Amino acid sequence: MPIRFAHQPGLVVYLTAGDPSLDATREIAFAAIDAGADVIELGVPFSDPLADGPIIQRASERALAHGTRLRDVVGLAGEIRTVRPGAGLVIFSYLNPILRYGLGRFADDAAAAGVDGVLATDMIVEEAGEYLAELERAGLAPIFLAAPTSPDERLKSIAAHSKGFVYAISRTGITGTRASLTTDAAALVKRIRRWTKLPVAVGFGISNAEHVAQVGELADAAVVGSAIVELIERSQPDEAPGAVARFIKGLRLPAAALAR
Amino acid sequence: MASILHPASPSQSRPGRFGVYGGRYVPETLVYALDELEREYEAAKADAAFHAELNALLHDYAGRPTPLYLSKRLTEQLGGAKIYLKREDLLHTGAHKINNALGQGLLARRMGKKRVIAETGAGQHGVATATVCALLGLDCVIYMGDVDMERQALNVQRMRLLGAEVRGVSSGSKTLKDAISEAMRDWVTNVRTTYYLLGSALGAHPYPTMVRDFQRVIGRELKEQILAKEGRLPAAIIACVGGGSNSIGAFYEFIPDRAVRLIGVEAGGRGTALGEHAARFQGGAPGVLQGTYSYVLQDEDGQIALTHSVSAGLDYASIGPEHAMLHDSGRAEYVSCDDATALDAVVKLARTEGILPALESAHAVAEALRIAPALIPHDILVVNLSGRGDKDMGILARELKL
Repeated sequence: MPIRFAHQPGLVVYLTAGDPSLDATREIAFAAIDAGADVIELGVPFSDPLADGPIIQRASERALAHGTRLRDVVGLAGEIRTVRPGAGLVIFSYLNPILRYGLGRFADDAAAAGVDGVLATDMIVEEAGEYLAELERAGLAPIFLAAPTSPDERLKSIAAHSKGFVYAISRTGITGTRASLTTDAAALVKRIRRWTKLPVAVGFGISNAEHVAQVGELADAAVVGSAIVELIERSQPDEAPGAVARFIKGLRLPAAALAR
Repeated sequence: MASILHPASPSQSRPGRFGVYGGRYVPETLVYALDELEREYEAAKADAAFHAELNALLHDYAGRPTPLYLSKRLTEQLGGAKIYLKREDLLHTGAHKINNALGQGLLARRMGKKRVIAETGAGQHGVATATVCALLGLDCVIYMGDVDMERQALNVQRMRLLGAEVRGVSSGSKTLKDAISEAMRDWVTNVRTTYYLLGSALGAHPYPTMVRDFQRVIGRELKEQILAKEGRLPAAIIACVGGGSNSIGAFYEFIPDRAVRLIGVEAGGRGTALGEHAARFQGGAPGVLQGTYSYVLQDEDGQIALTHSVSAGLDYASIGPEHAMLHDSGRAEYVSCDDATALDAVVKLARTEGILPALESAHAVAEALRIAPALIPHDILVVNLSGRGDKDMGILARELKL
């Protein structure tokens, strides 16, 4: 199932799987898709999330505290795929849980569950030989991060090895919400476009409609993570799907206004 | 078994690989900084002026060469092997960590970075980094787990006195692993202005190689000294292994000398169950943690295990990738020593030789105490006494009811 961005800008929604529970994540994912998310990134909780800020660190701790495992996340992806066949599904993980699961087995199981792509935070293109081979064998799209600090020759390599979309990090740093987007993002997206016709999604620090509109002017999609994870943290479990749906609809309003 | 991280053959191994181990598993944002660091380090390595300045500081400031001391009373009491101590504990700031901190500090200055960050477990690397930053006029932020700040409080005060900012880390196990994660979060955010002065032979390439190179001086001196004193090589060199910088520094020059046993001592903690120790080679499995592929204490889902050791400096879930290679090839042996045995070794060395070892180094001393009696006087054992125990007085007073 190819990853498509039906909206402009497209919206990628990151959820830490298992926070507050696997059932809740499933309901939230349905609500997010119905509210207009093009792609759901299911975050695999990890004990040592060194690329993440406090919001996703806390979510990971909660998900791990009640035993969320990689195979549960793959299972969850399968449930979402069955009920909402049109949405893109990406598994977002640190490398070690995937290695422990077994790369080949993971690729097979994820593909069988209907997952479209995989993003491993701490996997870079130079180290990715067998990783790429396994994902390709299983028909999964490898998605790599591109950073403001990545020189052009690295962007070229990242673009060449990516499928689905290229994930542009809006600024140097860890995940988390920020008041404003930096000028780093625009320059990075321009540089990435030189090397690929793939869609470019901008993430890290995107937390409101204004950010999404700004991203819409330069890229194909915005990734919203910590802002939604924080909203889930603040909501009662049964109210979280509704809250997330309203939040996502709110992100789109200025984009629609912009289109007129 | 196929693994994504295993090159098809050792000949395909890239720089930064130790057999199948090592590599660079980091967020993309850091790759440029690691490339820049690698280039600068290679340039510095080829620069005679860099070596001259480092060697002068090691000599005049840090106190190198450190003595190789014949531990006569210990040797007599044990009645077996002849025991020497390589006295890294006598260095300025109290441990081998200053060797690496000086080297990387000069590199940071050479790269024009004004801000230095570091992680610390026992506080010895933090103190060494704070010291070097004071010496070179660099801003210094040290990340330290809350548990370690409490148990190594003296070193926290020393770092503050030296002008460093010490930031407590309250996530995860609140020890070295979490301090490294927090330092990496800082680095990924401030990567353009900040130098990350990693303290052990760990992390992404080029750190394991670079830190080992800055610690090689231990083994180089040791080889000269033992040949001068004894005219032959030792039967074994024993060193404690946390991340593994003092041990790789002591071992490295002897790797080609196949007759010399290289013995690494891990922290056996208070039990053999996962979470009760930090013996990566007895319960760990290959995996990726904090940038490198090595043995990692982890559960069946690949989540990193909690660890325990009475010594903060050995209390870490992974181990330097070069040790993983030496372990698999059999060139080095790795054993573990539990908390109680290490504490006994502190007392033994203090009362026999008047030397108070760091709790980390006491693990190596304990192994010498264990194996020496079965050896003969012709056999020479060298213990790398990586640090002094003044920092541990709080723990020792409590544990030994002083």
